Amino acid sequence: MSWTTLLLLAAGAYGFKAAGTFGLARFMSGDRARGIGALLPPALLAALIAVGTLSTEQSLVVDARLAGVAAGAVAVWRRAPFWVVVVVAAVVTAALRRLTDGALVLT
Amino acid sequence: MKDRSRTRQLLATHYVRDGIVLGLTVGVFAVGFGVLAVTNGLTVLQTCAMSLLVFTGASQFAAVGVLSSGGSPAAAVGSALLLAARNGFYGVTMSQHIRGSVVKRAVAAHLTIDESTALGTGQDDPADVEGGFWAGGIGVFVFWNIGTAIGAVGGGAIGDPNALGLDAAFPAGFIALVAPALRHRSGQLASIGGAVIALAAVPLVQPGIPILLAAGAAVIALAVAGAPPAPTSTSTSPGPPAESETGRGAAGGASA
Repeated sequence: MSWTTLLLLAAGAYGFKAAGTFGLARFMSGDRARGIGALLPPALLAALIAVGTLSTEQSLVVDARLAGVAAGAVAVWRRAPFWVVVVVAAVVTAALRRLTDGALVLT
Repeated sequence: MKDRSRTRQLLATHYVRDGIVLGLTVGVFAVGFGVLAVTNGLTVLQTCAMSLLVFTGASQFAAVGVLSSGGSPAAAVGSALLLAARNGFYGVTMSQHIRGSVVKRAVAAHLTIDESTALGTGQDDPADVEGGFWAGGIGVFVFWNIGTAIGAVGGGAIGDPNALGLDAAFPAGFIALVAPALRHRSGQLASIGGAVIALAAVPLVQPGIPILLAAGAAVIALAVAGAPPAPTSTSTSPGPPAESETGRGAAGGASA
């Protein structure tokens, strides 16, 4: 990778962050802006949760991740500390993968 | 002495601990990124510069992945930026919480990623939002860059992070951080809508775009259920209680 490509990528990535931080927010004010600001994270993070749990590249898949994330969700529901949620999800996923030899994949 | 008690006070703050947990998890993937980048022809210096300057994990993996499969630099930058675009939405949200000098907000912009936004907006007490954001941003920044350097210099000594189940750790961690938003109807609609839109889009469009489309769920939820109730501080006394003092101290120290 050339340094030019790398710096273009860095500029582009920062451009999006800065556009949101300094630019777009200026055009929005009042209750509507606060509402959108408050609702964007749950919408985007829920999308990340769904895509991160149930897809690989461009296919929808069910594999060991679903069990791990479900176990993590139970930990959240039982008000476990954050690190417990993360560890439970990882351990359940890793254990299931090992037990099934990674064969548990439904596309 | 003062420094040590300050460190102890920081570590006692719940979101600082959560930021470290997020950072450590991210750090394992960073080692993988460092290995992947170097084995695909990036120099150690370029690999480390990328993590410092681009600082968006998914984009970095995408850029190196496209190049390694023979794609053009333009294709690499294009698919990486599709994944980076969502940080613009996070910027809109965080700009409502982070006030201060242009320099401070410019630094905050660089740290505006999934994890920092999630840890900031996932706080119950509105007084903790900014502290949570800095804890997530700095925690991930530090470990992401340390991990990258280890991977780039050390080579292929590490195993697959997925064998440790860490690919499931992020969705689970984000569930914990979205949970407070599920208390009101507009937050529930935004979350369910975002997940459904993104999953429906996965087979149809390039990676990165499904998450961008999910932003539409925020607009729909606002139209259907209205703005979520304005958060109120969970602290009872009107004066600045000890806990929010800690929060502000963490934020101030982090941004210095």
